[in-house]
Amino acid sequence: MIIQMITRAILIGVPMLYGAVGEIVTEKSGHLNLGIPGIMYVGAIGGVSGAFLYERACGNVIENMNPFLAVFIPLLCSIIGSVIMGLIYSFLTVTLRANQNVTGLALTTFGIGLGNFFGASLIKIVDSEVPTVAVNDTSDIFCSTLPFADNLGWFGELFLSYDFLTYLSVIIAVITSYVLSQTRVGLNLRAVGESPATADAAGINVTKYKYLATCIGSAIAGLGGLQYVMSYADGGWSNDAFGDRGWMAIALVIFALWKPHMAIAGAFLFGALCNANNYINGLGTETQELFKMLPYIVTVIVLVITSMRKKREHQPPAHLGLAYFREER
Amino acid sequence: MAKQAAIELKNITKTFGAKVIANKNVNLTAYRGEILSILGENGSGKTTLMNMIAGIYFPDEGQIFIDGQEAVIASPKDAFAYKIGMIHQHFKLVDVFTAAENIVLGIKDGPYDLKESTAKIREICDKYGFELDPEKKIYTMSVSEKQTVEIIKVLYRGADILILDEPTAVLTPQETAKLFDVLRRMRDDGKCIIIITHKLHEVLSLSDRVSVLLKGEYVGTVNTSETNESQLTEMMVGKKITLDIERTEPENVTPRIVVENISCINREGAKVLDNISFTANAGEILGIAGIAGSGQRELLESIAGLQKLSEGNIFYHNPKTECIDNLKDKTPIEIRNLGVRLSFVPEDRLGMGLVANMDITDNMMLRSYRKGKSLFLERKAPKDLAQKIIEELEVVTPGVSTPVRRLSGGNVQKILVGREIASSPTVLMAAYPVRGLDINSSYLIYNLLNEQKKRGVAVIFVGEDLDVLLELCDRIMVIGSGSITGIVDGRTATKEQVGLLMTKTSDESVGDINE
Repeated sequence: MIIQMITRAILIGVPMLYGAVGEIVTEKSGHLNLGIPGIMYVGAIGGVSGAFLYERACGNVIENMNPFLAVFIPLLCSIIGSVIMGLIYSFLTVTLRANQNVTGLALTTFGIGLGNFFGASLIKIVDSEVPTVAVNDTSDIFCSTLPFADNLGWFGELFLSYDFLTYLSVIIAVITSYVLSQTRVGLNLRAVGESPATADAAGINVTKYKYLATCIGSAIAGLGGLQYVMSYADGGWSNDAFGDRGWMAIALVIFALWKPHMAIAGAFLFGALCNANNYINGLGTETQELFKMLPYIVTVIVLVITSMRKKREHQPPAHLGLAYFREER
Repeated sequence: MAKQAAIELKNITKTFGAKVIANKNVNLTAYRGEILSILGENGSGKTTLMNMIAGIYFPDEGQIFIDGQEAVIASPKDAFAYKIGMIHQHFKLVDVFTAAENIVLGIKDGPYDLKESTAKIREICDKYGFELDPEKKIYTMSVSEKQTVEIIKVLYRGADILILDEPTAVLTPQETAKLFDVLRRMRDDGKCIIIITHKLHEVLSLSDRVSVLLKGEYVGTVNTSETNESQLTEMMVGKKITLDIERTEPENVTPRIVVENISCINREGAKVLDNISFTANAGEILGIAGIAGSGQRELLESIAGLQKLSEGNIFYHNPKTECIDNLKDKTPIEIRNLGVRLSFVPEDRLGMGLVANMDITDNMMLRSYRKGKSLFLERKAPKDLAQKIIEELEVVTPGVSTPVRRLSGGNVQKILVGREIASSPTVLMAAYPVRGLDINSSYLIYNLLNEQKKRGVAVIFVGEDLDVLLELCDRIMVIGSGSITGIVDGRTATKEQVGLLMTKTSDESVGDINE
């Protein structure tokens, strides 16, 4: 049962990990993107639409589908969707210097509306009894594991039973962590988020870094939506089922103290906490909801502790949420 | 060895807008292996001139020659290509980075290898005698360490013409001595060093030659070994100009505010006011002269109750009740209600006193909103007041409902000063009330201050222009580095006398600490 609990926690945690890593990259450039929930939603529906169209093109027969294309098309659609969202956000906040909080919240509302529109359209096309659309074949391909994984007992289940996007999330988090702390690009990006005027004076193209960080961050976050649909939901899409995972991802950024490698452990902990109510006997529907608050309570506790310790390395980027005007030096 | 000109300026002129001439026909030469001081009062165009060499501004007229070749420096990048590095007064550093990270930021020199860069930084430190731990985070550093990082930053980029903008303004005397040792070592290494300053004793002890600017114009260059303080002061303050400001004899002079031995410590733990005692009399204008940032702001804020005093008392002689109150124990609102008014025009004009996004009426209400008795705000009186100020002070504005940020700087100042005067104060403190105003508006403000003086108000006027201070004020108090260096009679004092008091202070404070 413990193995099952862990695998379940990881499965729930991965979308949040993607969202958190994407948000960390964005925030390191000084932009607080509250549009992440909307972007993840668009990433999800983008992937579903791509998969749906490819499945139909193959006549809904799994044997006709090319495994590479079946993965590549949804992946590409998902990334295109979330990058467009990222571009909208960066154009508004970097070029037009709009208020980041307002823009982000608007983007979340917009993204969820957009997702629901496409979701409802797909549901209408399949004309099904229940308001869902399923891309099970694509999901199966996404979730294919190594052929010998099933024979390895608990080891196989614990380490080799996941879809490739789960492994990718950890790899992306580790790479992001490395880039941020060990490379020149990371140094420049952190400088942009901490003090854009300093970065500008040092000859760094602040606007370019802000755009790239926001768009790459959005692409990463969007993959979280895709993983949720393909792996957690087994290819089934119904409107609004994604829930508050996007907000959890933003809470996770704070929990991880803006460090992607910390987000890995944090995401799995959040996953476990989200799922804890299923492993405690005798909970009523109302007490279950109380347990679902655990990740937020943990985040608040972390915030309180880090605020009390006041260590500068654990604070958000100094220029987070502020637009940069070169003339206002 | 023949001296080699590193940088040569010919007929440099720079104007901002149509009116403000920052530099006019400046000619200047700096040689390799020497330290050149640029000396001048506040606003004499020293920093503007150097910014043109550093590529931040572009000259309107004139040429810059580097190593004998004409150079076009359009951006900081160009300046760097000419191996020019400028260390600004305000540091540009990322707080959470280490010194090394800050130094390599933005440089593309092969693969990113912080260890190698750190070794290179240590090499520079050893060569010139800097004391710096490259792995230390900026936010744990003292101001002097941060400055060291800034200097190494330009050296790391290979600069051999270094410009330092008032490098000692933030340093203690010991740190200053250390910096000078480093600068001398860099000079001996053949670098060209230009230092902007207004401290005479530093000029005399450090530099080889001194160039003096006065109100944007080049006065001349002298060899340090052939000059002395009084010659430099004379060059720096120029000839006295008569301004024709009406000055009446003070009447019914009685003490209004008596400041006794106040000291004040700022957030960084530095003493910004040191044992200051003086009396401001009713019916008199007390001028305060001093280099910007010598504690003027803190002094006025102490009287207004906005600064916490570490020592001393401020007594207020109340003309109505004839009681003596100690302002030290009162809140800013209580002090305001006694009639002590502060109109401070800071560098950014809108920083204190006015809210940029609110209109003129609303800004008037900042002072009166407590008065209303009903649930709703009283808007009529503030609106009338706004109207009155606009008419009397000739404020150029589309109307009373224009947000203050849309007005020009001079008009903003008129509104600020006008509002404080309108409340019929007993003490009026005005800091730089004519900064950036044209001649006519300035005279308007001088007349307003004179009127208040006649009404028996104790006026404290912090000014920059010595000519104005000498013509307007009855007494002039000179402060330097947070302590009083002299109080002179405005009618008999000379410009040189005040100028010397302003600049000599740091000399004495150096002496104090060495003793």
